[in-house]
Amino acid sequence: MNLPYTVIFEKRTADYPKWLPAVTSLLSVIVAFIISGIVLKIIGGDPLRVLKFFFTATFGSWAVFSDTMVKATPLIMVGLACAVAFKMKLWNIGAEGQFYMGAFFSSLVVLVPMVNLETTPKFIVIALMMIMGMIGGAIWGFIPGYLKAKYQVNEIIITLMLNYIALYWNNFWIFDKWSDAGFQMTPQFEKIAWLPRLSDLAKEYKAFSGITLHLGVVFGIIAAIIIWWILERSHWGYEIKLIGDNPQAARYAGLNITKNLILVMMLSGALAGLAGMSEISGVVHRLQEKISPGYGFTGIIVAWLAKLNPFAVIIVSILFGALIVAGREIQPSGLSNLLQGIILFMVISSDVLLRYKIRLVRLEQEA
Amino acid sequence: MNIEIILHAGLATGTILLFAAIGEIFAERSGILNLGVEGMMLLGAMAGFSTSLATGNAWVGLIVAMLAGGILSLAHGLVTIHFQADQVVSGLSLTFLGTGLALVLGEGLTGQHPPTIPIVDIPLLSQIPFLGPVLFSEHSLLVYVGYIFAPMAAYYVYKTRPGMHLRAVGEKPSAADTLGISVYGVRYFYTFVGGMLAGLAGATISLSVSPGWYSTQTTSGQGWIAVGLVIFAQWNPIRAAFGGYLFGMLRRFILDLQGPALLFGFANPLYVNSNYGFFLQMMPFVLTIIALVWGSRAATKKRLGAPAALGVPYIRGERGL
Repeated sequence: MNLPYTVIFEKRTADYPKWLPAVTSLLSVIVAFIISGIVLKIIGGDPLRVLKFFFTATFGSWAVFSDTMVKATPLIMVGLACAVAFKMKLWNIGAEGQFYMGAFFSSLVVLVPMVNLETTPKFIVIALMMIMGMIGGAIWGFIPGYLKAKYQVNEIIITLMLNYIALYWNNFWIFDKWSDAGFQMTPQFEKIAWLPRLSDLAKEYKAFSGITLHLGVVFGIIAAIIIWWILERSHWGYEIKLIGDNPQAARYAGLNITKNLILVMMLSGALAGLAGMSEISGVVHRLQEKISPGYGFTGIIVAWLAKLNPFAVIIVSILFGALIVAGREIQPSGLSNLLQGIILFMVISSDVLLRYKIRLVRLEQEA
Repeated sequence: MNIEIILHAGLATGTILLFAAIGEIFAERSGILNLGVEGMMLLGAMAGFSTSLATGNAWVGLIVAMLAGGILSLAHGLVTIHFQADQVVSGLSLTFLGTGLALVLGEGLTGQHPPTIPIVDIPLLSQIPFLGPVLFSEHSLLVYVGYIFAPMAAYYVYKTRPGMHLRAVGEKPSAADTLGISVYGVRYFYTFVGGMLAGLAGATISLSVSPGWYSTQTTSGQGWIAVGLVIFAQWNPIRAAFGGYLFGMLRRFILDLQGPALLFGFANPLYVNSNYGFFLQMMPFVLTIIALVWGSRAATKKRLGAPAALGVPYIRGERGL
């Protein structure tokens, strides 16, 4: 069969238009939804019903939208953690472990306890928990950063291994030392260690009753602003991006790559750790086994879909928060995992559109 | 704690890592870093398990598992070879994709009992004292396949013409291209081979070493350990095989530490409080980190390293490797 047209891939010589990345990301998500729908149809599901359920269960009312935002909150911080590291082409796949270490360290404030919980003002307890959470995550980021800087050890594998180690470390403490009467969780934290929630204001404002959105979302937004400032406005951010784009040039320019490498891994870890703290203090109110449905891994997809732009991370996080909320109830249970995988695949495939112009050309013209 | 049992069990679990790591070595030798091993293994484990259940034949299951892993890996091939996407991110998304597919398609498989790969003794060889019981008796057939496969893979990579082409494409694709070797063709082929072997490794778990389908617990991070093992083995199939076996044995040894009430004449803390077992469960991952650090230092010292073009897309007519 001879088609009168042919497809030509033409390398872009000029920069692509500014709106193009947003469009390709959006298209990737839509295509991913369609492919997942086809998969669902093949295994005997009803894609349209699931899609309708997805929207009503996540954006249908203020109450469910608040649920979506609660799930988006840790994703914002974890997404930022990945975005910062990826900017320097540091593959931090360990946000999940850093999240758990953040949760563990911030729990120490209450469980040890590090301060007198009766007399200390609430904001000091919360601030201390935030600092501890960030320290925990930063330590878990320091290890791979140091090993890479010092011994050129591949950070991908190390961060992944540390994920598993963090999980077992947490398990030991909740099964053993701080187990609540033999259950696999610690006792519930005192109210002083809870992040304020909108539902706390239900007495004054009726509309807020049952709205579980907590202060953590503000941490996320502030973190996004700070990260944006660091990357786009500060000298350090310029160094990070230069090392990421062209390590050779950065070395010739005399930048301290070792130091930056370790610092960026620690910053990345600290952000993921803060997410762990916010989840512990804002939602779960205790340390337990399953505090994350894989936030650390979803954060990787969030960062990539947002093209490493801190503000886009917030928007993408809301979509993925919705996926997690809906995913809990959609059968079969692996479907939201599958959808996430397909989305990421579509996003990286669509990057080809940023590098090439694709044109349909009449064959006679060519000849 | 019995040394014979530790060695015997180590060989069996090591076989899983052996297949997965050698598959990844093939892919990386051609210049394609595929971090999707965990996903391909999980999909292979599920595909092999469910096929064996449906057909009543574990061997058919094994073949379907290999095809499943191979076909999934082609998605990575297409995105990284033709679209020149970042291989790290593409590999990660392959893991998500494989895991998701395996969970969706594997719904309801838990608790089933399909036929598994037969366990056999090798006649005569199994009679050798000590070595016989450890190496040649009561092993799954796949373990014996592993014995033969690792040296064959090494011979193929280092001593044959296609093996030389494979290395050439991974070290200097532009030179290989001028010799008339199809760089894209070679890369697609070995990506597929790597996927098939990852699928086989997955089915080795679900149909042989620890038969069953336990969703993500089936592979429980072994795909990632295999990726680490490749670096430790410095892209050498024989070293990967020994690394895999050693890893399997250490793992079994650590698990067995929980058994005895007395250890070197002292009360065994692991026996007294079973929660210390969580530290034991960390050990495979700690060991991988130690092995990687050690391997990376040795590699820097000897100036050995990854294939030069690993992770670098090849575009004909452009400057580069």
